[in-house]
Amino acid sequence: MPHVLTRSLDRAATTFVVVVAACGILIPLSNLLLPVGSVFQVPTYLVALWGKYVCYAILALSIDLIWGYCGILSLGHGAFFALGGYAMGMYLMRQIGTRGVYGNPILPDFMVFLNWQKLPWYWYGFDMFPFAALMVVVVPGLLAFGFGWFAFRSRVTGVYLSIITQAMTYALLLAFFRNDFGFGGNNGLTDFKDILGFNVQADGTRAALFALSCLFLIVAFLLCRAIVTSKLGKVLIAIRDAESRTRFIGYRVESYKLFVFTLSACMAGVAGALYVPQVGIINPSEFAPGNSIEAVIWVAVGGRGTLIGAALGAIVVNYAKTFFTSGVLAPYWLFMLGALFILVTLLLPKGIVGTFNSWRMPMRQKTIAADAVSAAREDGVSEPKMAEQGP
Amino acid sequence: MNTIDGRTTSALLYLDGVHVSFDGFHAINNLSLTLAPGEMRAIIGPNGAGKTTMMDIITGKTKPDEGTVLFDGVTDLTRLDETRIAELGIGRKFQKPTVFESQTVEDNLLLALNVDHSVKGTLFWRPNKPDSERIERVLETIRLTDARKRLAGSLSHGQKQWLEIGMLLAQNPRLLLVDEPVAGMTDVETQQTAELLKQINRDHTVMVVEHDMSFVRELGVKVTCLHEGTVLAEGTIDQVSSNERVIEVYLGR
Repeated sequence: MPHVLTRSLDRAATTFVVVVAACGILIPLSNLLLPVGSVFQVPTYLVALWGKYVCYAILALSIDLIWGYCGILSLGHGAFFALGGYAMGMYLMRQIGTRGVYGNPILPDFMVFLNWQKLPWYWYGFDMFPFAALMVVVVPGLLAFGFGWFAFRSRVTGVYLSIITQAMTYALLLAFFRNDFGFGGNNGLTDFKDILGFNVQADGTRAALFALSCLFLIVAFLLCRAIVTSKLGKVLIAIRDAESRTRFIGYRVESYKLFVFTLSACMAGVAGALYVPQVGIINPSEFAPGNSIEAVIWVAVGGRGTLIGAALGAIVVNYAKTFFTSGVLAPYWLFMLGALFILVTLLLPKGIVGTFNSWRMPMRQKTIAADAVSAAREDGVSEPKMAEQGP
Repeated sequence: MNTIDGRTTSALLYLDGVHVSFDGFHAINNLSLTLAPGEMRAIIGPNGAGKTTMMDIITGKTKPDEGTVLFDGVTDLTRLDETRIAELGIGRKFQKPTVFESQTVEDNLLLALNVDHSVKGTLFWRPNKPDSERIERVLETIRLTDARKRLAGSLSHGQKQWLEIGMLLAQNPRLLLVDEPVAGMTDVETQQTAELLKQINRDHTVMVVEHDMSFVRELGVKVTCLHEGTVLAEGTIDQVSSNERVIEVYLGR
């Protein structure tokens, strides 16, 4: 669909794609080809670290798609990210084979430790990469579809929806903590060896994973752009700004919400799957409600309803997190994050990119400003009262 | 199924014995009303007469406790939701103008066009000639051609009202429910709106709720006066405004 691509690429979007692509090519090349110690050589630990940020950027995009454009504030998107991560983790566990501590060719170490005799049925198939890759999108997608089916049909909106998503990720956190749930309990899945036959610790694999993450960030970005610039995107904004009005025009609002919510969960799953081999572990803490809230803060900081802002916010905030949590300020990071959120909400309600846009481009200022203003309105309470006269 | 209670209705909209109460308050009491195809009807009545609630019932926002609501003689509206009713061809303009403020005038009309409203249909929608010609015509009708690229939120109050009427036109419904179209308008705008509604009435059935008596007089159509959720009087504006009970409820008891 070339027309979809051309329509969705304005100058800022093109710049974004080019920059991400350049990083995706140059950073791995510099890491692999330049001699270690050279000024221009990117050390492997940085490649892995930035790879993590890129995965977070994909997660942020998925949140911006539903929150920035459709007004669905999910405070449980970390759950979809973690589920995608677990699907990938299960594949990586099955690849360990006899190299585990107990040397069992079928059972992962934690199952041997728990005296399990055979592999639970839900682990079947994860030794095959295509199946695992499918599950990376199918499992979060199905959960989101089921969740959304009930929530959107019952017209649960605003803060109530946010609370249920939060409860969902918390419930999963508790479930995955249990040893008998079959996903490694507290310790999660770790000690990975190979991915598709390549050593996950090797520089080459890390560089390739980084490049792949950048590629997926570009794909996710182009997909989101294509959606938000289509007529469907206009319907999403209409739902965000005046949900019941949209219904009276004859749009089935719940179908639209279900579509973007499910798609967004699949994207989050892919982000999680790319994340796990780069950090080398997945455990239940990824389901922690705080993680999902942090991801929402990235989007708010970068600029809601701008896509580029979401990706940028994820990278900027996480860079700051790495910077501050490795120094003397480490104990105060959460306070700083909280303060950042409050300051951004008060001083930059449009986020970094939204503010930059309205400052830099006076011609387009009106459009974007109004976009961002309505985007910055509180969810749930923003729905105009339709027939306040009543009886 | 053309008969209900042994009666045949040729009416486009048929309400019979409708009751709604909210927490014991009877908003609509035994309301019966019919609207013939092609008709324009003005609904008047003091605050709390149940005018907006009646529109809520017709558009599926409120479900009546009892009574019959038929569209086109066959479709029971009480069993359908808002989207379905909109798809059937009932459009509604709200009391307070509700346009999509962060989108352009053009996009507001595009969203309202009665083309494929499915997720797939909108995702793969491409700009096309029939759609843009229809938008063009509506823009002319509502006199907003020059404002097409402006954000709906930046329009004046009167222009927003027109844009909303334009969205109704783009929706091309068989029945238009128009709630207080001239609230907050200047005299000139009010008169232009009356012209606009008359023009719309050439191809559509219209129900207008309005407080402004001079506007209702301008429309020159049959008037129904509601009071405490039931029909108090029906007839020409002169008949209704000289009705003693109507005078009584308007001037206070």
